Amino acid sequence: MEVVSSVRTPLVTGAKTVGDVTHDICIRVEAKPPKTWFLAITVSLSLLLIGLYTIYKTLWEGIGVWGLNKTVQWAWDITNFVWWVGIGHAGTLISAILLLFRQKWRMSINRAAEAMTIFAVICAALFPLIHMGRLWLGFYWVLPLPNTFGSLWVNFNSPLLWDVFAITTYFTVSLVFWYIGLIPDFATIRDRAKNKISAAIYGALSFGWTGAAKDWSRYESVSLILAGLDTPLVLSVHTIVSFDFATSVIPGWHTTIFPPYFVAGAVFSGFAMVLTLMLITRKVYKLEDYITIQHIEYMNIIIIVTGSIVGIAYLTELFMAWYSGVPAEQYAFLNRATGPYAWAYWIMMTCNVISPQLFWFKKIRTSLWATFALSIVVNIGMWFERFVIIVTSLHRDYLPSSWAMFTPTFYDVGDYLFTFGFFFTAFFLFAKFFPVINMAEVKSIIKSSSTSDKAIK
Amino acid sequence: MKENKKQYWKGVEQLTNHPEFVKYAKKEFPQDLPYKEGILQEEEGGSSRRDFLKLMGFSVAAASLAACEAPVRKAIPYLNKPEEIDPGIPNYYASTYTNGGNYCSIVVKNREGRPIKIEPNKLSTISGGGTSAQAEASVLSLYDKARLNKPAINNATVEWSDLDKQIKTKLESIVSGGGQIRIVSRTILSPSTKAVIQEFTAKYQGTELVMYDPVSSYGIVKANQASFGKAIIPNYNFSKAQVVVSFGADFLGTWINPNKFSADFIKNRKLDFGKKEMSRLYQFESNLSLTGANADYRTPIKPSAEGLIVATLYNLLAAKAAKSAINVPKVEAAHLVDAANDLWSNRGKSLVVAGSNDANVQIVINAINDLLQNIGTTIDLKTPVYFRQGNDEQMQQFVSDLESGKIQGVIFLNANPVYDHFQGAKIQEALGKTNLKVSICEREDETGLLVDYLAPSHHYLESWDDANPVEGEYSLCQPAITPLFDTRQAQQSLLTWAGASNVDYYEFIRKYWKENIFSTQNKESDFQVFFDQCLHDGVYSQNPRPVTLELNVFGGDIDAAAAMISSAYKSSYDGIELALYETIAIGDGTQANNPWLQETPDPITKACWDNYLTISQAMANEMGIKVVEGNTYSVTLTVGEQTMTLPALVQPGQTRGTVGLAVGYGRTKAGRVANNVGVNAFPLISMVNGLPNMNTSVNVRVEVTGNATKVAHTQTHHTFMNREFVVQETTLDTYKNNPEHAFHRPKIAVSAMLEKKLGSESDKKDGRLQPREISLWKGHTYNNHHWTMAIDLNSCTGCSACSVACQAENNVPVVGKQEVLNRREMTWLRIDRYYSSEKTATTNAEMEIAAENPEVTFQPMLCQHCNNAPCETVCPVAATTHSTEGLNQMTYNRCIGTRYCANNCPYKVRRFNWFKYHDNTQFPENSSMNNDLGKMVLNPDVTVRSRGVMEKCTFCVQRIQYGKLEARKKGRRVIDGEITTACASACPTEAIVFGDILDPESKVSKLLQVKDMGNKQEIHEHRAYNVLEEINVRPNIWYLAKVRNKEENA
Repeated sequence: MEVVSSVRTPLVTGAKTVGDVTHDICIRVEAKPPKTWFLAITVSLSLLLIGLYTIYKTLWEGIGVWGLNKTVQWAWDITNFVWWVGIGHAGTLISAILLLFRQKWRMSINRAAEAMTIFAVICAALFPLIHMGRLWLGFYWVLPLPNTFGSLWVNFNSPLLWDVFAITTYFTVSLVFWYIGLIPDFATIRDRAKNKISAAIYGALSFGWTGAAKDWSRYESVSLILAGLDTPLVLSVHTIVSFDFATSVIPGWHTTIFPPYFVAGAVFSGFAMVLTLMLITRKVYKLEDYITIQHIEYMNIIIIVTGSIVGIAYLTELFMAWYSGVPAEQYAFLNRATGPYAWAYWIMMTCNVISPQLFWFKKIRTSLWATFALSIVVNIGMWFERFVIIVTSLHRDYLPSSWAMFTPTFYDVGDYLFTFGFFFTAFFLFAKFFPVINMAEVKSIIKSSSTSDKAIK
Repeated sequence: MKENKKQYWKGVEQLTNHPEFVKYAKKEFPQDLPYKEGILQEEEGGSSRRDFLKLMGFSVAAASLAACEAPVRKAIPYLNKPEEIDPGIPNYYASTYTNGGNYCSIVVKNREGRPIKIEPNKLSTISGGGTSAQAEASVLSLYDKARLNKPAINNATVEWSDLDKQIKTKLESIVSGGGQIRIVSRTILSPSTKAVIQEFTAKYQGTELVMYDPVSSYGIVKANQASFGKAIIPNYNFSKAQVVVSFGADFLGTWINPNKFSADFIKNRKLDFGKKEMSRLYQFESNLSLTGANADYRTPIKPSAEGLIVATLYNLLAAKAAKSAINVPKVEAAHLVDAANDLWSNRGKSLVVAGSNDANVQIVINAINDLLQNIGTTIDLKTPVYFRQGNDEQMQQFVSDLESGKIQGVIFLNANPVYDHFQGAKIQEALGKTNLKVSICEREDETGLLVDYLAPSHHYLESWDDANPVEGEYSLCQPAITPLFDTRQAQQSLLTWAGASNVDYYEFIRKYWKENIFSTQNKESDFQVFFDQCLHDGVYSQNPRPVTLELNVFGGDIDAAAAMISSAYKSSYDGIELALYETIAIGDGTQANNPWLQETPDPITKACWDNYLTISQAMANEMGIKVVEGNTYSVTLTVGEQTMTLPALVQPGQTRGTVGLAVGYGRTKAGRVANNVGVNAFPLISMVNGLPNMNTSVNVRVEVTGNATKVAHTQTHHTFMNREFVVQETTLDTYKNNPEHAFHRPKIAVSAMLEKKLGSESDKKDGRLQPREISLWKGHTYNNHHWTMAIDLNSCTGCSACSVACQAENNVPVVGKQEVLNRREMTWLRIDRYYSSEKTATTNAEMEIAAENPEVTFQPMLCQHCNNAPCETVCPVAATTHSTEGLNQMTYNRCIGTRYCANNCPYKVRRFNWFKYHDNTQFPENSSMNNDLGKMVLNPDVTVRSRGVMEKCTFCVQRIQYGKLEARKKGRRVIDGEITTACASACPTEAIVFGDILDPESKVSKLLQVKDMGNKQEIHEHRAYNVLEEINVRPNIWYLAKVRNKEENA
C-alpha cells in the first residue's frame, strides 16, 4: 500500500513497491529490446560509420580537409569540444552536488545522467586529439612523461595543458563514481540472471557484491567521498576550458567573466541534454512513474536559473566592451551582433536567453513536448554560443588585413556527426545492458512495505 | 759468387725444425679459405640441411632488408675537392639578371654547386642595391621542368651537330638567293651579344636585328629624337627631384628601371634622424598603380584625356614662364594647378614623367621639363639608359615584311612575339611563309611551337654574358652551375651558325672587353687583373663617363605635337576605356611559369594566380558586382573584334569609366604552372598616333555574364578601419610642427597607487600609464645580442621583393590557387595593403568601404618576435620559445599542431601546414618541393616543414647563426651589417633595417635613436611605434610611421 505524504509529493508514483522497481528496471536488461531500440541503434551506428570515414580522411589527409584558414584556426573542432564537455556537466552536478545537498529527486535520473557525462566527455576528448596536426606525437607529448629527449617537458603555462589535466581527472572521477553506483544494481541483475553467461558477466561486473550491511556502509562512504571529489570538478573543468580563451589576447576571448559564465552555460546545456535523453528513455522504457513531471519541472527550473546567468553574462560582456574604451574590443562585440556572423549571434541569443524564459510559465515547464523542444533549442543555442565565441572573435581580430570568413566543409560536419554516432550508440548500448535507473537508491525512497509487495506477488 | 752457407732463421722453432712449426709453416699465409671445414666436419662432401636452412634464412633476410633499404642513389664524393667549395659553406658569385630589358645586378648564393638564392649586388649603382620580385624568383626558373633539354627539329629531338648542319645549309641557301633574314629579340643589354650578331650579320648578308619590347617605351626615344636630336631614353634622377609629377608612369613598379627609381625616389622620402623635409609626388593615372599608391596626391584620369592633361600642365607652366601657350582644349584635373605651382617653385629640382608611348605626349613632357630647367639636373641626357631598345616601327615593318613573304629566315632570340607582341596573331599566321624558322629559347613557348628548329639556350645562371644597361656602366654575368640540360649558350649558337673560328662565348666576351672596355680605364694595366676584378665585383663603371652626347637644347616642335594630341585625345568621352598594365610579379609573362611569382599577390589588388578586369566601385555598383571573400562575377570584355571572359575585381582608385587589365597572363605554352592562368591581354594593345599604346579608348565594351567566379586574394578586407594602433600616419606639416604628438600613443588608465608604483618620473601624473610600464612579466634579459628590426612605412613602396626573397630563403611552400582561395597561403612575410575610407565614414559599416580614390598604406607584416609573446605561453609542449637574443623561435620537431599559438597571435603571422606540401602530387604547383629538379633550389640550412606543424618568420635565424659563427672564427664580435635577413637584404629602398639593438653603433639603433638605460633600451625616434602597442606584447619590430607630404585638409 502506498503511503502518500500530505506535505511532500512522492518522487516515485504509481504505488511502486521495491519489487516493482527491481522488475521494471531489470526487465529492460533481461528482455529483448523493443523494435524502436533496434531502429535507434541502426541510425546511430550508421552515423558512426559515416563519421569514421571522415575521421579517417581527417587523419590521413590532414587538418586541411576542414574549413579552417590562416585566420580562423579553430572552429568546429573546439566548438564541439567545449559543447560536449559542457553537456557532461549535468551528470556530475546531479550525482555529486545534488547528492551532497541531499536532493533525493536526483535518484531516478543520476544513472543516465552520469552515463551521459562519460560518453560526452569521450566525445569531447576526441576533438582536442584529432584537431592536432600531429596526433601521433601529440597524444603523449602533452603528458608530462619523463623522456629521453633531453630536457623536453610540457609547458605548464599553457591552458591547453591544464585542459589535459582537467579532462583526464574529470573523466576518471566520473567513471569511478558511475561504476561504484552500478555495483549493487549489477549484483541484482546477476542474482536474477537465468543464463550462465549473463550471470558470469554481471557477476564479474558486480565485484562480488553481497549486499551485506558492511558493503552498504562502504558503498555509502565511497559515494560521499567521490561526490566530494567530484563537486569541485563541476566548477573547475569548465573554468579551465574557459581559460583557453580567457588567458589569450584576442578581443572577445580576453575576458575575466568567462569562468562563471562557462560553468553556468555548461550546466545549462547539460540539463537540456539530460532532458532530451530522459524524455525519450522515459517514454520508450515506460518509466513515467520514476521520472515524473516533478523531475522534469525541477530540471527546467535549473535551466531557467542557469539560462538567466548566461543571459546576464552576455549582456555584461557587451557592457564591458563598451565600458573598456578599447576599440578592438568594442569592434569584436559589435561585429558579433552586426557583422557577417550576426545570424549565429542571434540564434545564440534567441536559443539561450529568450527561449528558457518560457519556463517561467508552469504550463510550459510541465509540458513534455514543450520541454523536449526547448531542450533541443537550448543545445543548439549552446553550440552556437561556442561557435560565436571562437569563430567571430578570430575571424576579425586586430589587423583588418587578415580578416577572413570560415566555412565548414563536409569533414567538419562528418567529424561532428561521428561524435553523435558514438554518443547515441554508447547510450543505447548502456540503456540495453545497464540498469538505466539506480535501483538501489530509488528503493530507498519507495514508501511501501514489503508485506504489500508479497501480497501482490 | 760464393755460395752463402749462412742459415737465417725466424725463431728457435724453425732452427730446430720443431714438428709444431712444420705443421703450420705452410699455413702461415693460407691461400684457401677454410669455408668448407665446418661442413666437412658434420657431413662429408656437401652442405647439411641445417646449412641450407641457414643460407635460406640469410638470403630471405638479406632480400627483405634490401627491399627495405632506400634505393641506391648516386652520391659520389669529390675525388679532388675543389679548392673553393666546402660542403655546408655557401659561395657567392657576382652576376647579372637580365630578362629582356629588365636588369638587376646580383650576387648568386651557391651551395654545393647549385644556385639557391639571388642576393642584391650592393656594388651596383644601377639596380639600387636591392632586388626585385622577378629577379629573386628567377633562381627557381632555372630548375623548371618545362625548360627545353635538347635541341629539336620539328619536335623531334636531335643532336646539336645535325641541327647546326641543317640551319647552316638553309641560311647559306637563303643568302645565296639574296633572301632576307631577321633576328627578332627583345631588348639586348649585352654589348658582346650585339657584337656576335654583327658577326652573324657579316656572314649572312641580308640579316637584320629587330628588337621590340612587349611593353614599349619607344615613344620616349622618338620624342627625344625630335626634341634633342638623340634617339635615347635619358637617365632620370629621382634623387634630385623634390617634386615629381607622373602621368601614368609606374616608375616604382614596372617602368624602365623601377629598382633604381625606387631607391632614388625614396632617398627624398626618408625622414631618418629627425629630418623634416621630403619630396612630393603627384600621380595622374587610370589604374591604381604602385606609384599611385605611394603618391601624396593622386588624381584618377581617363586615358582619353591624358594627352590633354599633360598639355594643360604645359600651358599652366608656360603662363608662369611667360611663354606662349599651345593650342589644346583645357582639361580640368584635380591637383593639376597645385602640381604646376609646386613644379614652378622647384625649378631644376623637379621631374615630370609620363608612361605614355605616344611620342607627342612625350615631346610635351620634354617641353615641360625644359621649362622647369630639369634637363641636365634631374634628366641626364648625357647618360642614356638602354633598358628599352625596342623599336616599334622596325617591328611593324618586320610584321608586314613577314606577311608579304619578303623574309626567308627568322631567328627568334629569346623572344616570344607570338605571345607577347600585340600582333602575335599576325606573326603566327605569317610565319608559314618563311623558309627557315629558328627559335633560340629556354622553353618551347608559343613562338617555339611554330618554328622548325628549337635551339635551347642556357638559363642566365648557366651563362656567360655581359650587360651595358646605362651608358658607361657594365656588368658581367657568369655561370653559377654547369648546364643542367643539353642546352647551348644562345650566342654560341649564333657564332656556330656564323661559322666563327672560335665559338666559345666566354672567349668572345673577354675579347670584346679587352678591345672595347679595358681601354676605358687606366687603373689596371693587365687585362687579366682588370677582368678578374670586374668578374669579382660583377660591375664596372667607366670613370670618367664618356662624353658621347652634347647637352642639347630643347628643339621639339611643340605646336605640332599639340595638334596631334588635340586630334587623338578628347576632353570628355563617355565610353568605357581600357588601360593595360604590367604586374610587379608576372611582368611581361616571360617568367609566368614560376610558381613563386604566380603566388605573389599583386601589391595593390592582393590577388594572385589570375588576371582580372579591375573596375571602379561606381561601375561595380552599376553592374551589381560585389567582391566578397574573392567571390565575384565574370564579365565579357570586348575590344574591337576581340572578346574575352574574365573575372571582375572592384578596384578603389580606378578612374570611373575605365577598366584595367594586366598583361603577362594567359600563357598557353609556358609550362604546367602558367598554362591557362588568366587571359592574354597583349593583343588588346592599340595604336595611338602611330605607336602601340597600352590604353584603348575605342570600341571597348564590358558586359556582366552573371556567372559567379572566384579570384584568389590573400587579403579580402581592404580598409584599415581607422585603426591607429595598426597604421600610424600623419602629414608632413603636423610632423614638422609637433613630432612628439603627431602619433597615436595609447595609455592605460590605472589607479593612483599603481601609477606611483610603476610610472616613471617623467610621466605626467594623469592617472594613465604607457602600456609598457605595466606588465605581469619580468621580461627577458639579453646579454649578448638583441635582434631588432625597423620597418619604415615611408620607404616601403610595396614592391614585394622582400616577400619573394623570404620565400626563396626559407623554403616557403607554394599552395596553389585553390588553397589561396581557402585563405591558406604560407608566406611568412606579407605586405598588408590598406585603403583609407571616405573622410565622412564614421560607422564600422562605412569604414569597411574604401574611398573612391583612397590613400594607400603598405605595411610589411611578419612575426613581430614579441618579447612578451602570446604564442609562447599557450603552446602546451613548449614548441615555440624565446631565445636569449630576443627571437621567438619555432621548434618544428616539437610542434604537435594545436594551432593555439596562431589563434593567439594578434598579428596573424603564423602559418600552419594544413597538408603535406612537399612530395605530394596534389600540389604540383609547389615545384620547389615536388620534383627532384625543383628541389635543387631548396635552402639546405632551412628545414622543409612537414604536415601538421606551425611555421613562421624566424628572423632568418640560419643567417644569424652563420654570421655569429663566422665572427667567432675571426675571434671578434659580429659587426653591424654582417647579419641581415633575406627581406632586409632584398629591399631596394632600405625600408627594412635589421640589427642588434644592444650595439649602439648599429644602424637600427641609430635609426630608432636608442638610448641605453642600463637594463633596457629606450626608443627616442618619434615616428617609431609598435603595432598594437596597447596589448604590450613588446614586439622586436618597430614601424616608422608614414608621413604624407600633403596639406592637412587635402
